Amino acid sequence: MHIREAWKDEPLVSNSGTMKVSVWRGQGDVGQFEEFDVPVLDNQTILDVVSWIQQESDPTLTYRFACRVGMCGSCAMMVNGKPRWTCRTHVKKVRKDGAIEIAPLRNLPVIKDLAADMTEFFDKWVKAEGVFHPSKTREDPIEPINHESNARQQASAAIECINCAVCYAACDSVSSNSDYLGPAALNRAWTLVNDERDSAAEQRLKAVSGDGGCHSCHSHQSCMNYCPNELNPTASIAGLKRESVKNLSWWGW
Amino acid sequence: MLNTRLYYLQRVSAMMMAPLVLCHIALMIYAVQGGLSAGEILSRTQGSVLWALFYGLFVLAVSVHAAIGLRVIVFETFGLRGILLNAFSVVVLLASLVLGMRAVYAVVAS
Repeated sequence: MHIREAWKDEPLVSNSGTMKVSVWRGQGDVGQFEEFDVPVLDNQTILDVVSWIQQESDPTLTYRFACRVGMCGSCAMMVNGKPRWTCRTHVKKVRKDGAIEIAPLRNLPVIKDLAADMTEFFDKWVKAEGVFHPSKTREDPIEPINHESNARQQASAAIECINCAVCYAACDSVSSNSDYLGPAALNRAWTLVNDERDSAAEQRLKAVSGDGGCHSCHSHQSCMNYCPNELNPTASIAGLKRESVKNLSWWGW
Repeated sequence: MLNTRLYYLQRVSAMMMAPLVLCHIALMIYAVQGGLSAGEILSRTQGSVLWALFYGLFVLAVSVHAAIGLRVIVFETFGLRGILLNAFSVVVLLASLVLGMRAVYAVVAS
């Protein structure tokens, strides 16, 4: 029997009533929560809930998603006040008193409903010099990289960021200082500072040491607590602080 | 709001303050437990270069540390920026230095 046909015989989920789901509706700063009754299933993610509302209850609901398997980083939202990747967040784990509240990501402007405007988030990656500056040309032989080296290990520890902006939404320093580059951009800068193939370490340290740079971080560690990939941007930022002090010139920058 | 220099100065001033605060607290406990009068304390501090250096350094570290710390709080809480923020930081620094050094002078000058 074909595997898809076998699935038909065994239902993967079973209904057990409905739950109240409050969803933020609106544009920009104006909006309010709207309540929906959504069927409860055994296996159900927050993204499943949002998709059910859009497909079965209100097709005008706006939200963003792509891969549905925790790879692309597009579906992050605030769930019961906490930033989460919704495709990998099970309803059972986050329901509070049987109810769920879903809102767009904190610290970012809202385009509509659950879709946050990510422009400033990605602009800050560029401001933090989160761009690779190669030290060689395509004519040069490929540079061997020692994966055991301390620098490469530090770069690798921080490299699995999927740009979901969960850390950015969780960060109180971003809330109180809109110029602050944020944990994701600084984490990216740290991977490049440690990348032996990169040629712009000094330029990058300068970019992350000015107003809104790594020194604006208060080490609350919310980024680390909420990062769905269990990265530690706080440690990356601490590394940037150390390096910036080592490179400090009292007569230059 | 906070560049590498200010960050560095705040960390260094904190490192200076840590042992100075502990010594100061130990000293206060010793003076109170020992039942020293104000006159007896002054007789030990007046004319002492060591106590002048100790509390002079303390005042310097506190003034730098507090000015930078308050700068961050005022920026994040009240949104003060630019020249006003710099002016606020300098006023806090100078006020702390003047008040602190005045107190140091009062206990060490003979």
